[in-house]
Amino acid sequence: MGTFHQGKGELHGITVIVDTTGPEIFVGRCDDMDERGIVLHDVDVHRDGDHGRSKEDYVRRASQFGVWKKHDRLFVPGDRIASVRKLGEV
Amino acid sequence: MPYSELLVRPMREELTSAGVQELRTTEEVDAFMNEKDGTAMLVVNSVCGCAAGMARPGIRLALQGDRRPDRVATVFAGQDLEATARARSYFADIPPSSPSIAFLKDGELVYFMPRHRIEGRDAQSVARDLTQVFAEHCAVPAG
Repeated sequence: MGTFHQGKGELHGITVIVDTTGPEIFVGRCDDMDERGIVLHDVDVHRDGDHGRSKEDYVRRASQFGVWKKHDRLFVPGDRIASVRKLGEV
Repeated sequence: MPYSELLVRPMREELTSAGVQELRTTEEVDAFMNEKDGTAMLVVNSVCGCAAGMARPGIRLALQGDRRPDRVATVFAGQDLEATARARSYFADIPPSSPSIAFLKDGELVYFMPRHRIEGRDAQSVARDLTQVFAEHCAVPAG
């Protein structure tokens, strides 16, 4: 059960992990997602290896306590997205 | 900007009618947090859909069980701004999240349910998680 608004996808209002084909990984609340990409709100970004933490380390910590937002709103293009998962299911 | 108090009152009462103490000032938050003995649960309430559909009803369900925290309180994010900021200051390493639920034993944080563990679920699932925490940490009621 998400937070449903007209015309939005099933992930609308859900906090997701967006892994990319590059070093970045994003965590934020999904606004909408389609083949063009995903729009996130209250977004944190981590680069693999920053502060000595891998993407997996970062996700493990994020799943316990959440993330500190760095961006109010951010768009990740579809051709950069490797996977989208719900943070609550990690 | 806070919502109309008329709109928010039922959201407050959904918890207070279940015996949850509402903390609306920094002094009330400090008094609650500075009492270290036993078990305590602090709920960050909010106007969002996952507070309405999952968090508040899940908390009410969990509090109906045999075991429950010695003390349960709530602050309202986006409404009681100073009280919420003060409550969050006690968990400075944890990103702000609403709704969210912190569980303390003898003044130490032993469990935290951030928003992303509430959204996308149902009230029964939230209640089940809280009931497990109560079973692990709360005393068996005297019989």
